Amino acid sequence: METIKRNDYNFAFLDEGSKREIRRAILHAIAIPGYQVPFGSRELPIGRGWGTGGIQLTMSLIGPNDTLKVIDQGNDDSVNAVSIKRLICSTTGVETTTDTAEANIIQSRHRIPEEPLREDQVLVLQVPTPEPLRSVDAHEAVTRQLHADAEYTGIWVNLFEQLLTRGSAFKGADHPVMADDRYVMNPSPIPRYDNPKLDHAQCLYLFGAGREKKIYAVPPYTKVESLAFDDHPFEQENMEGRKCRLCGAEHVYFDEIFDPETGERYYQCSDTGYCLKRQNEQKAEKEGLR
Amino acid sequence: MERKKPVMWGRHITVRFGEGCDYCRTHTNLEKGRCPKCHTIWAVRDVDFQVYPGEILGIVGESGSGKSTLLKTLYFDQQATSGEAYLSLYHEGKENFLNVSSQQKRYLRNHMMGMVYQNPMLGLRMKLSSGANIAEKLIAAGGRDAGRMIDRSIELLHHVEIPTERLRDQPRVFSGGMQQRVQISKAIANTPPILLLDEVTTGLDLSVQAKVLDLIRSIQKELGIAMLIVSHDLAVIRMMSDRTMVMLGGRVVEEGLTDQILEDPLHEYTQTLVSSLL
Ligand SMILES: Nc1ncnc2c1ncn2[C@@H]1O[C@H](COP(=O)(O)OP(=O)(O)OP(=O)(O)O)[C@@H](O)[C@H]1O
Ligand SMILES: [Mg+2]
Ligand SMILES: [Zn+2]
Repeated sequence: METIKRNDYNFAFLDEGSKREIRRAILHAIAIPGYQVPFGSRELPIGRGWGTGGIQLTMSLIGPNDTLKVIDQGNDDSVNAVSIKRLICSTTGVETTTDTAEANIIQSRHRIPEEPLREDQVLVLQVPTPEPLRSVDAHEAVTRQLHADAEYTGIWVNLFEQLLTRGSAFKGADHPVMADDRYVMNPSPIPRYDNPKLDHAQCLYLFGAGREKKIYAVPPYTKVESLAFDDHPFEQENMEGRKCRLCGAEHVYFDEIFDPETGERYYQCSDTGYCLKRQNEQKAEKEGLR
Repeated sequence: MERKKPVMWGRHITVRFGEGCDYCRTHTNLEKGRCPKCHTIWAVRDVDFQVYPGEILGIVGESGSGKSTLLKTLYFDQQATSGEAYLSLYHEGKENFLNVSSQQKRYLRNHMMGMVYQNPMLGLRMKLSSGANIAEKLIAAGGRDAGRMIDRSIELLHHVEIPTERLRDQPRVFSGGMQQRVQISKAIANTPPILLLDEVTTGLDLSVQAKVLDLIRSIQKELGIAMLIVSHDLAVIRMMSDRTMVMLGGRVVEEGLTDQILEDPLHEYTQTLVSSLL
């Protein structure tokens, strides 16, 4: 944090022209849910593939009074999350938090927080592969035409193949969704468990792919449907019967931890901020009782 | 038969590779369809045809005579330079389908036509199961009930005499004859009114050829699907088609009942073709 001084850089690192251009792309994306808007991805002092798409979205939206939360697979303290926070904070001076409810901008990789997000919150998701049709055709010109025609046969064929050969049509992460009955989009590699959180949500979801130079969005209260065959309805990962060993939470998304010494299997909230908050509340309650 | 309305017909279909010049625009009798001045290739030139319900129309001609290009044009794999084509079931045969939107083209490919390519790589996705290859057509036509699509795929495999337990196998591990069978089952998945078949048996062993041709014959009888069969092999055409069109240098040089053409070929080229068969 000592190496970057706020005053040596423009607020939020990017120059104002770049931020304005990205904000225009965001508006375009919001206007057409699920539609991938190309943008001129900027160079950042962080390698592409490390969340540069998300960072650019966050940087172009953040103001001095915002409160930021950054998570990586639910974790506030991972190396990736910490280095993104460091870059944003040192060039903006904004406060950070691990409490989802306190943040107005949350940047995330691979998870949507457990606590439902509100209208005054934005969740920025980092996207490695924005194009759900990429496995169908390698050429951008072709996939653009397929989106324009709402021609998603290829995606359905891949799901059918999975069902036929592996017994399930569902992908572990990044299971495609239909946004607003129009565009099929990748929700970024969130677990299927999080897919329903996109549907008719109060918050704005923004998706940024730095390497692929694409921005897309799910505006508040948008219909978002996970793709599934009529006779095989969409299913989340089954978290039934599991309990967080730290906070006792149930019906959340868990990380599974295996202790090779005891051979035991534990479950722990994947959303560490949520888990911590619950632990603190439980502690406070106990102390209050005393 | 001639009094019935065709299922599909084309008028003045031309496919040109190159801009053309004053010379080749006015000379239609170009050697191999190639302009000696500007080197434009007139792959298909001013072709008229009609296929009647339940009939097999054969197209025969030497290599490079434009047979594949004509089929590809009808299946939208190739853009026509000019001309028209109609389907009796598409806007009652009143709309030229060659210039419709990409969405309409997809609709026509999935509901109105089936295609079997000479090269199975063009018609099949080799790294998907044969079941998914067949289901692609069902999905494209709006199928979203996986169980029903699996049942239909099994039924189709059975129809083309592939053991149904090979549903999950990829066609890349199949023999050439089996790959053609998968292509055929895919092509008839939505029981279209017309099938387009391009050199389906070329490259297969003779005994395998005969079996695939028998299968096509039986499908044609059973489902009453009209077919356009392309082959450079007059023996195949003789075995399969009711009527035959002979192409040379992109143009149709002779057309008629297959028996008639074999017995009494009018065009010089057809005469050499027929004599080589004897
Ligand atoms: N994409 C293309 N660009 C340029 N020329 C082409 C193209 N496709 C086909 N041609 C030419 O058009 C002519 C007709 O080709 P086509 O493949 O239709 O012949 P064919 O009758 O199917 O021959 P074969 O029996 O060898 O399959 C040939 O001269 C070919 O070289
Ligand atoms: Mg050919
Ligand atoms: Zn010329």
